[in-house]
Amino acid sequence: MQTNTDTPKQNRAPLKRNDPPAVQAILILLTFLFFASFIFMPLGLVFAEGFRKGAQVYLDAIREPFALAAVKLTLVTAAIVVPVNAIFGMTAAWAISKFSFKGKTMLVSLLDLPFAVSPVVAGLIFVLLLGTRTGFGSWLGEHGIKIIFSTPGIVIATLFVTFPFVARELIPLMEAQGREEEEAAITLGAKGWQVFARITLPNIRWGLMYGMILCMARSIGEFGAVSVVSGHIRGMTNTIPLHVEILYSEYNYTASFAVSSILVFLAVATIAVKSVMEKNVHNHQHTQH
Amino acid sequence: MPPFNRNKRHILPGFGLSMGYTVFYLSAIVIVPLATIVIGAFRMDPQAFFATVTSPRVLASYRLSISTAVFAALFNALFGFLAAWTLVRYRFPGRRVLDALVDLPFALPTAVAGICFATLYSPVGWIGHYLDKTGIQVINAPSGIVIALIFIGFPFVVRTVQPVLAELEPEIEESAQSLGATRWQTFRRILLPHLFPALLTGVTLSFARAIGEYGSVIFIAGNLPLKTEIAPLMIMSKLDQFDYDGASAVAFVLLLISFSMLLVLNAVQRWQQKSYR
Repeated sequence: MQTNTDTPKQNRAPLKRNDPPAVQAILILLTFLFFASFIFMPLGLVFAEGFRKGAQVYLDAIREPFALAAVKLTLVTAAIVVPVNAIFGMTAAWAISKFSFKGKTMLVSLLDLPFAVSPVVAGLIFVLLLGTRTGFGSWLGEHGIKIIFSTPGIVIATLFVTFPFVARELIPLMEAQGREEEEAAITLGAKGWQVFARITLPNIRWGLMYGMILCMARSIGEFGAVSVVSGHIRGMTNTIPLHVEILYSEYNYTASFAVSSILVFLAVATIAVKSVMEKNVHNHQHTQH
Repeated sequence: MPPFNRNKRHILPGFGLSMGYTVFYLSAIVIVPLATIVIGAFRMDPQAFFATVTSPRVLASYRLSISTAVFAALFNALFGFLAAWTLVRYRFPGRRVLDALVDLPFALPTAVAGICFATLYSPVGWIGHYLDKTGIQVINAPSGIVIALIFIGFPFVVRTVQPVLAELEPEIEESAQSLGATRWQTFRRILLPHLFPALLTGVTLSFARAIGEYGSVIFIAGNLPLKTEIAPLMIMSKLDQFDYDGASAVAFVLLLISFSMLLVLNAVQRWQQKSYR
């Protein structure tokens, strides 16, 4: 059992292979310089600009009705997208990791397809498929179902861009865990659902949560795809990132950065949770082997 | 108790259900929607298709998207490798924080990154007002697009190189050095060839992401026709004019580029796995 948070490799005594101190200092300095200009400055800027006109203006920008409507729509979208893609991820991982069948490699690479598609193209395909131009889209329209330029369109486009996150987290994890435990339970007479709930789910819980967190971060922050399908109706079909864009293009920089700061908080929280979980996933795998 | 048969292929239940749902959901959300673009492009009049795709503005946008993505990927190859190296090999205060923050570009919404860089490099911005004096233009210029793409692609390189670097056996380097190799020779001849497949995977990933990137780029790019319009923006502007066929044609070529990148990536990864054995 490991009590130390470090991996054993990192605790190893310094080796002869370590670079001379001068080289180390220069390379570390360069790394810090890179992080300063690409990570710290943008983060600092969001708060500097958001609070430029004082805390009152900052709070007003966040509490304004359109901003609140955008927050609500974003949360509703994430609340639908994350569970749906999590269920899919578990199902796909079960089929792929617990059984052998032809074409598995191909199926796994198809699952990653949405990552290779530009977000704008992701939005476009749903406008083409479900917009009023196609037979299917106009049939939906005649029955009073509006998908594009409305919340369902935003949800579907977000489902597409966050599609692979949970599955690609679970497949390698479940493949590494094998199927012996589940098979033993089945031969002892357990039902399929019992096996999943009592054995598989506890084994994959950290990987599952990790995948869901990544999925949530992306569904909150998605811009390109949502921008195509939303129609930008204020208070109706604006998510937080779209609201940021509108404020910025209206030269309302302070409000734009104030609303952005919500997204920065979420992003930093995501990273914090992610690094804690990575440790857990890691330690979990350690104690198992 | 369920009948237990040793010759049965699957002991575990649920193959039909889970496989069926996986294929159904994959088709509904990914395959069928993507197929509409391909079918749409083939149904278009070939002449109209080629006229759209080879129009000067669209060609310029492809050229810009590819060239800026190449520059960003090369920069990331260098600095991503550097960051992976310092984070794995050196111990210094703040290392854990930097390590965690590598993922920020994955977690931060692209629109926020976009407005941040546009403001930082504007003539009155924190970095921009220094550049303004030297006459270097970043905002509304291809170099600004490269900066946004560096931010977007950087974590791909670090996160693919990092694990390979950490798993490296110290004995390899020690034996090279005990045989009289200098530090530089060890790096050039032993470490770099070993890390190269991972580095190439990371660079390809960051390039593939950069080709399609939209949110972080459009704010700093200025979107000047023929100069700083990226390919995804061309799709957007065609959609704004309700030119659905034009938008699909541009998107089809962009998809072709992305999928060929995917094939390259698969080849690289197969090569990477081979080189480990």
